[in-house]
Amino acid sequence: MSREVEDLNRRLLRARDAMDRAYAEPLDVRAVAAVAYVSEAHFIRSFRAVFGETPHRYLQRRRVERSMFLLRETDRSVTDICLDVGFNSLGTFSRTFRQIVGETPSDYRAGHEPMLAPNCYQMAATRPSEAATRPLVAEAAMATHPSSFGEATAGAAP
Amino acid sequence: MITKLNVTSVMVLDQEKALDFYVNKLGLEKAQDIHQGLFRWLTVRVPGNPGIEIFLQEPGPPVQDEATAAQLRELIAKGAMGGLVFQTDDARGLYETLKARGVTDFTQEPVTHAYGTDMGIRDPFGNAIRILQPAKVVQELQ
Repeated sequence: MSREVEDLNRRLLRARDAMDRAYAEPLDVRAVAAVAYVSEAHFIRSFRAVFGETPHRYLQRRRVERSMFLLRETDRSVTDICLDVGFNSLGTFSRTFRQIVGETPSDYRAGHEPMLAPNCYQMAATRPSEAATRPLVAEAAMATHPSSFGEATAGAAP
Repeated sequence: MITKLNVTSVMVLDQEKALDFYVNKLGLEKAQDIHQGLFRWLTVRVPGNPGIEIFLQEPGPPVQDEATAAQLRELIAKGAMGGLVFQTDDARGLYETLKARGVTDFTQEPVTHAYGTDMGIRDPFGNAIRILQPAKVVQELQ
């Protein structure tokens, strides 16, 4: 039994790594589930059990983290950054960002300077989590499209 | 005061597979390999850098009971047990070498930042490995 759990955990980790690597691309749960060689429903359920949040939420917060990074480190427009990190609608991006971070992308940019830390450190340390931010939202957003990441469509990312 | 780090450890699911990965894929060399009943003290090190060794530790008896080992193994496989950071003088060259040796689990292909070029891989069990080629200006400061 334990070996089966180890094997599933390793495949789920590989799928999570795929989201960390390809957040800018159009991703849906089916494609990421395929990385783990499991069905979509099994993937959502087991990912949540193993990592404590749904794959949709994990990717959403990776995208928001990368947008926070670009807002701090670059002078690209909010619209460009929205597309850079895999959202295809400025409205969805702005709403999601505000729900998770608690302020608008522009206000966040105004209040933050570049962080002098390696990129891998920033990705590990600054992805917004339930514990680090007040859970203003996300559950409601997730309920509307529980089985799709939704934000990106083909061609949306540069 | 403490003057040096001698040994650190990484938890692996299988010492033989770990030895193959860390030596034949990553390019480290075997340092110590001592069998004592169920226990195997197996370490690797960076070639040309003796004195700092990595213990490839497989959970289980006699150090951990079976139930504890099972918990550890599940944590290793979901990438929750930490990892290692190495330095290289040629990150992009190493990336090509690793690919040629059959490494597929890249968490990040080489990217150049102000501080240098870094990349990320996972060992076969789920442990994170970062590899950094520091930028020249950073190297001069060290």
